[in-house]
Amino acid sequence: MSIPIVNYLVLEPQPHLVAQECTACKAKVFGRHNACPNCFGQDFVEVDVPTKGILKTFTIVQFAAKGVPVPYCAAIVDCGGMSVCGNIVGIEPTPEVITRGMEVQLSTYSLGNDASGVEAIAFGFEPV
Amino acid sequence: MSENVWILGIYMTPFGKHADKDVLDLSSWAALEALKDAGVTMKDMQIMGYGNLMGGTNGQSLQKQIGQTGIPVFNVSNACATGATALRAVIMAIKAGEADMGLAVGVEKIAGAGLLTGNTVGDGPENWTPKGRNGAIMPLDGRIGTNGMAGLFAQIGLQYNDSDPRADFELFARIAEKSHSHSTLNPNAAYQNKMSLEQIMNDPMIAYPHTRSMCSANCDGAAAAVVVSETKLRTLSQEQQRRAVKISASILTSDPWSEACQELADVNGLTRNAANQAYEQAGIGPDDLDLVELHDCFAAAELVHYDNLKLCEPGNAIDFFNSGATWRDGRMPVNVSGGLQSKGHPIAATGVANVWEIATHLRGEAGPRQIEGAKVGMAHVIGLGSSCGVHILEKSGL
Repeated sequence: MSIPIVNYLVLEPQPHLVAQECTACKAKVFGRHNACPNCFGQDFVEVDVPTKGILKTFTIVQFAAKGVPVPYCAAIVDCGGMSVCGNIVGIEPTPEVITRGMEVQLSTYSLGNDASGVEAIAFGFEPV
Repeated sequence: MSENVWILGIYMTPFGKHADKDVLDLSSWAALEALKDAGVTMKDMQIMGYGNLMGGTNGQSLQKQIGQTGIPVFNVSNACATGATALRAVIMAIKAGEADMGLAVGVEKIAGAGLLTGNTVGDGPENWTPKGRNGAIMPLDGRIGTNGMAGLFAQIGLQYNDSDPRADFELFARIAEKSHSHSTLNPNAAYQNKMSLEQIMNDPMIAYPHTRSMCSANCDGAAAAVVVSETKLRTLSQEQQRRAVKISASILTSDPWSEACQELADVNGLTRNAANQAYEQAGIGPDDLDLVELHDCFAAAELVHYDNLKLCEPGNAIDFFNSGATWRDGRMPVNVSGGLQSKGHPIAATGVANVWEIATHLRGEAGPRQIEGAKVGMAHVIGLGSSCGVHILEKSGL
């Protein structure tokens, strides 16, 4: 059995992200919202976010809070017009190989099991 | 038309490490010196705005140290814009006609606090339990992006102007080089040593492209301002009127919706809004500014704010910086105090301290770092979350 790191990561049938889209203005956000931050509408529908995207900007974190493994690459990825925050994985986190504009795709990896054997699944973006 | 407001007295403690003083010693120091500078006492204050983000003190505890007169206190919290918010609260009360004099104080004691970041990742759980609005089963810092400020502003800077390839490590390091050069003239700066481009680039990397010396410096410090209505000011002495500094614009904004803003903080929209409103309120334009103190919490932030504050043509911040315009001998000196990377950034004090810096130049009292003939200046702060304060100040014509 497995559980996603956040509720907007859906694991089945294929891993993908799900956004809340405002039915009035089409603004998209992740997570539970009480009203649209753009137009104040209160009706949302769930929409799948494309799993492929373009890396818009990034940083490589070398020094972080206790317990956060470094270095890692944090980035913003444009997935079909929706900006998504996530780490770049499956590539060495150095500015020599990670570049703005590169094509990436969603990927998932295990964060280990809890005491009852449930596996936590995280997402990142890897080069296409 | 509401009342004009002025700064009657203002003070900034030296920034750095004050091991022998606690938070209330620091805020008392700034408040008492600001009152002395204004030539008034606590008895004249009718309102207080107070900000101390990390230390847990409030304006009432300050009053127990310097004078309990029963006046209303607004204890404010607005991230790095906390000091500007305290000042804004006092200004609004005077503009509203509810007070003719008030005191704004910002203080922080964070020397040696290390990295100010989100959270820590706990050990293996008994059961993964979804929590919060995203159903997160663990802290997300480092798992889904970064909560670290150095990394957030790195992403903001590298994205400048649709990711102009010239917005690179060396450019940001050259902006920090300016900061560390300017601070050599500021006896109140936490770090007054000059740093070469090579030293800055070879410093330990915190979050690419920000090395340690490209990040704001945690330190202790406080700043306080006495604000007065113009009507009241005109009843005071010639000397008080001569040294008073006019607050031509006082603006506070929060971040308006933009497509990506809930994934990466958008520091641009609210700063642009604040700058536009400030220029309109003051009835002046960017070309009228003699100096600017802007919120360079990280080197990359300074670049985007050249554009956001309209100091350069839209999209032209890189050429603008490369022209030398923002060095102290340039046509638009920016952060002649040294800015947050070298002067230091005691969080809640910063939004009053940058007003002190501008006011001190307008009074012609800035000593070796004085911008000669300065008549108009702007102070800008931004706190992530987000909140932006912009104040435009003018030299007294009284």
